[in-house]
Amino acid sequence: MSFVTPVIAWAPLAPIIIVLGAAAIGILVEAFIRTPATRRAAQLALALASLVGAALVAILQWATLDGAGTVVLEHMMVVDRQALAWQSVLLLFGVLGTLLFAARTRAGEEAFTPLGAVAPGSTEETLARRKGMQLTEVFPLALFAVGGMMLFTSVTDLIFLFVALEVFSLPLYILVALARRRRLLSHEGALKYFLLGAFSSALFLFGAALLYGATGSTSFDEVGAGIASATGLDTLILAGAVLVVVGLLFKLGAVPFHSWTPDAYQGAPTPVTAFMGAATKAAATAALIRLVYGALYGLDWELSWLFWTVAIASMLLGTVVALVQTELKRMLAYSSIAHAGFILVAFAGFPDSTLSALPFYLLTYGLATMGAFAVITQVRERGEDGTVLGEATRLGQWAGLGRRSPWLAASMALFLLSFAGIPLTAGFVGKFVAFSAAMSEGAWPLVLVAVIASAAAAFFYVRLIVLMFFTDVPDGQEDAVAVDYSPLARVVVVAAAVAVVLLGIVPGPVLSAFENAGVLLLGAAG
Amino acid sequence: MFPILTVMVALPALGAGLLWALPSASRARVREVALAVTAVELALAVALFIQFDTATAGTFQFSETYAWIPQIGASWALGINGIGLLMIVLASLLTPLAILAGWWEDKDPARRTHYLALILLSQAFMVGIFAARDVFLFYVLFEAMLIPLYFLIGSFGGAQRRYAAVKFLLYSLVGGLIMLVGVVALYFQGPGGEQAFLTDNLTGLTMSSTAERLIFLAFFLAFAIKAPMVPLHTWLPTVAENARPGTTALLVAVLDKIGTFGMLTLCVALFPNAARWAAPVIIVLAVISVIYGALLAIGQVNMLRLVSFTSVSHFGIMVLGIFAFTQTSIEGSALYMFNHGLSTGALFLVVGFLIHRHGTPDVTAYGGLQKVVPVFAGTFLVIGLSALALPGLSPFVSEIMVLVGAFSVAKAGVIVAAVGVVLAALYVLLTYQKVFTGPTPEAMRGTRELTLRERLVLWPLVGLMLVLGFLPGIAIDTLREPSADIVATVSIEEAGE
Repeated sequence: MSFVTPVIAWAPLAPIIIVLGAAAIGILVEAFIRTPATRRAAQLALALASLVGAALVAILQWATLDGAGTVVLEHMMVVDRQALAWQSVLLLFGVLGTLLFAARTRAGEEAFTPLGAVAPGSTEETLARRKGMQLTEVFPLALFAVGGMMLFTSVTDLIFLFVALEVFSLPLYILVALARRRRLLSHEGALKYFLLGAFSSALFLFGAALLYGATGSTSFDEVGAGIASATGLDTLILAGAVLVVVGLLFKLGAVPFHSWTPDAYQGAPTPVTAFMGAATKAAATAALIRLVYGALYGLDWELSWLFWTVAIASMLLGTVVALVQTELKRMLAYSSIAHAGFILVAFAGFPDSTLSALPFYLLTYGLATMGAFAVITQVRERGEDGTVLGEATRLGQWAGLGRRSPWLAASMALFLLSFAGIPLTAGFVGKFVAFSAAMSEGAWPLVLVAVIASAAAAFFYVRLIVLMFFTDVPDGQEDAVAVDYSPLARVVVVAAAVAVVLLGIVPGPVLSAFENAGVLLLGAAG
Repeated sequence: MFPILTVMVALPALGAGLLWALPSASRARVREVALAVTAVELALAVALFIQFDTATAGTFQFSETYAWIPQIGASWALGINGIGLLMIVLASLLTPLAILAGWWEDKDPARRTHYLALILLSQAFMVGIFAARDVFLFYVLFEAMLIPLYFLIGSFGGAQRRYAAVKFLLYSLVGGLIMLVGVVALYFQGPGGEQAFLTDNLTGLTMSSTAERLIFLAFFLAFAIKAPMVPLHTWLPTVAENARPGTTALLVAVLDKIGTFGMLTLCVALFPNAARWAAPVIIVLAVISVIYGALLAIGQVNMLRLVSFTSVSHFGIMVLGIFAFTQTSIEGSALYMFNHGLSTGALFLVVGFLIHRHGTPDVTAYGGLQKVVPVFAGTFLVIGLSALALPGLSPFVSEIMVLVGAFSVAKAGVIVAAVGVVLAALYVLLTYQKVFTGPTPEAMRGTRELTLRERLVLWPLVGLMLVLGFLPGIAIDTLREPSADIVATVSIEEAGE
C-alpha cells in the first residue's frame, strides 16, 4: 500500500489557517516578549488583526463562492456557504470576545488571574499580583478555540469532527479556570466542564466507532449511504447515531447533558462565559446540522424522539430552574439551557429551512449573550474602603441600576427582552424563523411547548428588569455597588445593542444572506 | 400619495425619541412638547376622518405597502377601513387628554419625561396596530406594545405597581406567544411568498377545519385576554388599581379595544368557519362577562376597581355583538368600541381627579360632595350615566344596537345580558350616591372644584358623547360597509359548507 499525498485546496481554508496560524504565533510571542505590557498589546493586536482578517476573507469567500462550494482534504471537510456563514458568525463572536478579554476595570484590573499555575490565596499569587504579572496566553487560547470551532462547522468526517471538538474544547477548559476572583469557583467549574467534556468526547468516539463498524466508513456521505443500505444492523446504527448526537448535545448544553453549564458559566471569568455561551452553542449547532443532515438524515424518524424529548426537557428544565436562581450568571446559564431547547425545536422533522434559520438564531442569541455578559462585567461590588471589587452577580445587587446608570440598564433590558423573544428585538426574529422551520414539518405541539416555555422564561428576565428599574436601592446599600467603566467592554455593549435592535427591525439583508447559505454541500463527490 | 398613516405611526415614536434625547436642562417644557406632538397627531386624525370616503368604507383606504422582511413574507402594510378609522380617531383623541389630565403628576422632570415618552410610544403602537394590514406587522406591534405599557404601569403608580406590571406582562405574553403559534401556522396555510402575511392574501383561505379552528383559538385567546373576558380578566382590576388613572384610561379605553378589534378584523374575517363554530361558547362567555363584571362592580369599594369591572361587563356586550354575526350587532359592537372609549376614558380620568384631591379611591371615604363641588358632581353624573347607557348619550345607541341585533340569534343571551345593563344602573347610581350625596364629612368641605384644565379634559369627551348620542349616523356611516363585509364573509362560508 503506497501512501498518496492528498491534494489540498489551501485557498478555501484561508480563514481557518489565518486564525490557527495567528494562535501559533501567539505562543511564540508569549515566549519571546518579556515585558507584560508590550506582550499584552502585541497579543491583542495579533488576535484582533487575525480575527478581523479571517472574517473579511470568510465573508469575501461567501460572497464570491461559485457553485455549491469546495471539497477539501479528501472529503474530510467542505467549505460551502453554510460553513462560511457559520465561520463568519464565529469570527464575529471571536472579535467581540477578544475585546472583552482585553477589557480592564478603571483601576486596571483584568478579568484573568496573573498566574494560573499558583494556588488560590497563596503567597505566590500575591507576589505575582504585586509584580504586575499578566496572563496573556488567553488570547492565543481564544484563537485556538475560535479556529477549532470554525473547523467544527465544516468537517464531514467523524474522526476529524472529533479532532476539531478537542481543538476548541481544550482551550476553553483552561480559560474557564483562569478567573481572577473567586478562583475556587473557577477551578470547580473548569474541572466539571473538563470531566463532563471528556465523558462526552468518549461517548462521541464510541458512537463513531459503532457507526464505523456498521457502515465501514467515518465519512459523512458514506455513513449516510451505509445507513440507507445496511440491513440487519439497525441496533448498531441507531446506538452509534444516538451516541454521536449525544456527544454534540453535551456541547450544546441540552438536558440531560447540561449539568456542567451552571457551574462553568458561573465560575468562568465573565468574558469567557460570554464567548463560550455565544460561540460554543453556535459551533455545536453547526456541527449538529452537518452531522444530522449530512449523515443521519436516513434516521429522521428514529432520532425524532430524541430531539423532541431533549428539546422539551431542556426548555422546561432550563426555564423552571432559572426561575429560582438568585445568581445572575447561573440564571443566564439556565436560560442558555432553555435556549438549547429552542434550538433543538428547529430540528423537528429535519426541514430544509433549519439550515438558514439556525445560523440567524445563533447570531441573535450570541449577540445578546455577549452584550448581557459584557454588562455584567461592568457592575461591581464596592468594598468598605471604596475600592471596586469583583462583579456583583447576586440579583439583589442590581436593584436600582436603572437610576444609577440608565443606559447600561437599558442595554441589559434590551438583551433580556431579546432572550425573551419580544418583537422588535433580534431574538424575536430568531425565534420566529426557528419556530417556523419546525412548524413547516407540522411540529406544532413542540412549538406550543416552546412558546409556553418562552412565556415562563420571560418571567425571570423580567424579574431582573423589575429590579433594575422599579426597585429602589435598599437603604444603606447605596455605595455597595459600583458601575465600572471599561471602554472595551462598553464597545461590546454598544455594538451588541445596536445589532440586536437592527436585526430586530430590519433583519431582511441578514436573513437573505443566511437563506443563501441554507444549502449543504452534502458529501460532495459522493 | 402622502403616506399619512406611516407618518401617524412615526410621529409619536419620534416624539418619544425627542423627549428622551432632550438634555436634562431643557426638560422644563417636555409636557408642552408632548402635548404639541399629540395635538398634531389629533389634527392628522381629523384630516383622516374628513378625507375618508364613507361610500367605500369597507375597503382599505390610505393604503401603503412596502416590503419589510420579504424573506419571511412580512410587509409594512397600513390601511384603514371604517372600523380602523374610528379607533385611530379615538386613540388620537384620548392621548392628549390623558397627558393633560396628568399635567401635575410628576415633580421630577426626568420622571415626567419618561412618562410622557412612554405614553407617546404607546400611541405610536396603537395607531400602528389599528392601521396594520399585515398579520405579522400586527403581531409585532401587538407584542412590542407591552414594553412601554409594562414600564408605564411598573414605574408610575400605586404601591403594588410592580406586581401589577408583571401580572399584566405575563398575561399578555402568554396570550401573545400562543398567538405567535397561530401566526406561524397561518403562514403555512396561506399562499406564501414575499407578501404572505398581507391580510388580503390570507382572507378566504381554504384550510382543514381542524387547522382553522386551532389557529382561530390561538388568535382568540390573545384577544380575549386583551379585551378582558371572564375568566381571563383578572389582570385588569390589579392594573387599574395600581397604575395612574391616565395610563389606565388609555389602556382600557383604547388598548384593550385591540382585543375586540382583532376579534372582528382577524378572528372573524380570516377564520369565518371556526368563528361560527366557536360562537355559541363565546356568546355564553360574553354573557357571563356582562353579568359577572356588573356584579363584581357593585361589590367594589375601590372606585378604580369598580370602573375596571364595569369595563369587563361592557366588553362582554361588545363580544356578544361581534359573535352574533348580524349587521346591526356588529355595527353596534364596533360603535361601542368607540363610545366605550369615550365613556370609560372619561370615567377613569374623572375618578383620577377625585383621587388626586383626596388621595383615596375608597368610595366610603367620600360623601356629600354635590354641595361643595356642583360642577364636578354634574360632570361625574353625566359620565356615569353614559356608562349605564342612558338614552341621549352615545353608549346607549351602541348598546341597544348590539342587544337588538343579537336578539334574533341568541334570545336567552340577550335577555340575560339586558339584566347586566340594569345592574349597571345600580353600580353607577350607588357610587354617585355615596360620593356626592348625603352629609358632607369635615374632610370633604374644602374640596376644589373642577379646574379649567380638568374641564378641558372631560368636557370634550362629554360633548362628543352627546353629539354621537343624538347623531350616531356620523360614526355608523363609516361602520356600515365594513360590518356588511364581515357579515357577508361569515354567511358566504356558511352557504358553502
